[in-house]
Amino acid sequence: MRVELEQIDVRHLAARPGASAALKLDHLSVAAGEQVAIIGPSGAGKTTLLELIAAALKPRFGEVQLDGQNPWRLHGAAQQRLRGHLFLAPQTPPLPPRQRVVTAVLAGALPGMGLLASLRSLFYPRDIPGAYTALEAFDLGEKLFERVDRLSGGERQRVGLARALLTPASLWLIDEPLSSLDPHRAQQALSTLTAAARQSNITLIVTLHQVDAALANFSRIIGLRDGEMAFDLPVAEVTTERLAWLYAQREEALTVDSEPDAPPLPAVAVQCR
Amino acid sequence: MTTATLQIRDPAWPWRLTWIGASLFLLWPLLVTTEFRPWLLFEAQSREPTWRFLAAMLPPTTNADFLWLVLREAWRTVAIATAGIALALLLAVPATLVSVRVLSISALSGRMAPVSFALRQLVRWTLILLRSVPELIWALVFVRVVGLGPTAGVLAIALTYGGMLGKVYGEILESGDAAVTQSLLRNGCSRLQAFSYGLLPQNAAELISYTVYRWECAIRSSVVLGFVGAGGLGQQLDGSMKMFAGGEVSTILLVFVALVGIADFVSSWLRRQLG
Amino acid sequence: MTTKPIAANQPYRMPPPLFDARCRMCWFVLALLSLVVASFVTLELQWAAFFSLEAINNMGRFLGEFFPPDLSTNFLIKLLYASGETLAMSALGTLLAAIAGLALALPASRLHAADAARLRSPTRLLLNALRSIPELVWAALLLISAGLGPFAGTLALACHTSGVLGRLYAEAIENAAPGPAFALRTQGVVGARVFLYATLPQVLPQIVSYTLYRWENNIRAAAVLGVVGAGGLGQLLMYHMSLFHMGKTASVLGAMVLLVVLVDALSYGLRRIMTR
Repeated sequence: MRVELEQIDVRHLAARPGASAALKLDHLSVAAGEQVAIIGPSGAGKTTLLELIAAALKPRFGEVQLDGQNPWRLHGAAQQRLRGHLFLAPQTPPLPPRQRVVTAVLAGALPGMGLLASLRSLFYPRDIPGAYTALEAFDLGEKLFERVDRLSGGERQRVGLARALLTPASLWLIDEPLSSLDPHRAQQALSTLTAAARQSNITLIVTLHQVDAALANFSRIIGLRDGEMAFDLPVAEVTTERLAWLYAQREEALTVDSEPDAPPLPAVAVQCR
Repeated sequence: MTTATLQIRDPAWPWRLTWIGASLFLLWPLLVTTEFRPWLLFEAQSREPTWRFLAAMLPPTTNADFLWLVLREAWRTVAIATAGIALALLLAVPATLVSVRVLSISALSGRMAPVSFALRQLVRWTLILLRSVPELIWALVFVRVVGLGPTAGVLAIALTYGGMLGKVYGEILESGDAAVTQSLLRNGCSRLQAFSYGLLPQNAAELISYTVYRWECAIRSSVVLGFVGAGGLGQQLDGSMKMFAGGEVSTILLVFVALVGIADFVSSWLRRQLG
Repeated sequence: MTTKPIAANQPYRMPPPLFDARCRMCWFVLALLSLVVASFVTLELQWAAFFSLEAINNMGRFLGEFFPPDLSTNFLIKLLYASGETLAMSALGTLLAAIAGLALALPASRLHAADAARLRSPTRLLLNALRSIPELVWAALLLISAGLGPFAGTLALACHTSGVLGRLYAEAIENAAPGPAFALRTQGVVGARVFLYATLPQVLPQIVSYTLYRWENNIRAAAVLGVVGAGGLGQLLMYHMSLFHMGKTASVLGAMVLLVVLVDALSYGLRRIMTR
């Protein structure tokens, strides 16, 4: 899928009227099948950029085009069809606890499933071999029938990535896929993703905290700082000076964001007996 | 992909089949026992009176005499609940004072004395018995003894809610920190003094809040008590329903829903004030 | 160390006046007392009749008639059947209520921040109406269309309980973590499939525990529903009581209390085991 952004200005819903933009871009275009890494200090707007491209966040001004279509000009079924072609993996894996891994992975294929098929799949998983292959690509084949809440944080994150392999999407937007993986697993996960994307001509946009991993796996690097694009260069031109400037005065650049706490359960309402 | 991976079957599947089968197997006797035949609702024989009744419900009766009557009965419902709770307190407070472990003087030196232990158990079991009998049954019994009217309702609420309040008061008092009270008792205070200087300040808000909440519940249940002749809105509703006076029924129901809404609001406001 | 100057008259050492116009607690207590007094005054309670010798005799005779309770095998079998009917009514009523409650909880909850949820307030109003009418009143109303018997009782339990459960479910759904549903929605998945794959697995434990808790309540309610003719032990009670079969009445009362105590003990025990 081809991505084009023009004159973008994004503000967060909760922002005060006078606050500066969370993200401001003049122009960004990613060709179909291209693989791009986005780097930058925390709070630079990396996640905002991904959500913008995923049509999860509506820009205040500007034009988002996915394969030449502006998702915000489409309505109803047409918008859903367009959304069905993209896949956004948030940083905290969006897996309900108590769901089984096989169901959680197969949920990636929901855009292509009808209501009946998805109901039936809750009783008997529809595509066990597919789920197994996707998990095996991340070394998780034996966890197929485990419950999600019995997995470690890293395993959960890889289950979230395995979901991508089952989607009918042609654009993968992956937010911090390595945040809870050890270096070895991280490299393996990244190469699995890039290889799978290359094989099916899928556009891959990944935000990364690990600069070395970004430089080693991607040919095009976008640097974001304070909600603006700092550079958009082939990897060979990303020099140490540029990186130092990108992360200047940002000592927490390599710290990992902690997972947000689950909201507290509501107390059982008392009832007259 | 090897052929081996294609052979994987869901290990939970046999369990799921068993569960589905077992629940269907259990559902059948349930449907038979409860005479569950929803299509009967749509047969002409039952459809006609239903329609007639529903049609009569609109518009609600609004003549002044009837409204006045309903308002008076609504007040009586509140009064039955309030008087019932007041009597329930008379029952629950002494029972709590006797049965709370923290206030036991003999328990200070290790074990409780056998006589007080027996007394405590007796009070507890009485409270459990009182609240195990549904208030409607108490009301049925008292209507037989004192005749139709609010007295039976007040007594029924007093007994059931006395049991409930006594039990929950005990739980609240025993859940707190016992050290303050016990040190007062060790210093030679009487049980009542230890209660009012040690236990009460700790737990007063929670105790009052629970009582207010129970008062709200009592209003709901005093309507139900009217159905066996214990006065209040329920008795009026029962009468109107037996006469198939749909308009009166809808007026009473509306007043009742409003009453419960107001009680709900007052009770949650009060409990918020108490913090 | 300097000593604090002491005021000539030390107002801060005085206890607060017992009653002043701004003392909220005093007003609260005063209102409470007047409510209680007004209740007792307006109710025309027949204490005299209750504590008179005649009433005490009445009571004694009434209690005496309860003995001996009818414990013949035939009647015990009848009691067992009625208890079974009570249990069946409560179970089926709760099941129906769980289904209806879930169906109503979805329109009654705001599923995500951008959800307009136009049906939210009307559905919540409906849930409140269902909830604020007690089971017994529902039973009395439903007798008209469903006729005497356990079917009316089952429907009555279902009506009231679906209001209660619907509200609890809606609250659970609104409080579920939004992440999984958000991820599916960005993929273009909508409606029931988002609920089934993202929200339901999160709220299922809560839904199950609320439902079981209401079932426990409904067993107690079902025992007395028959008083208006809606089946179960209550109907047996009213039948024998109106015919002055006091021995049989006593047995039914015993069975009722036994059922309630058993359910209480069972749920207490289960809770103890589950929280351990």
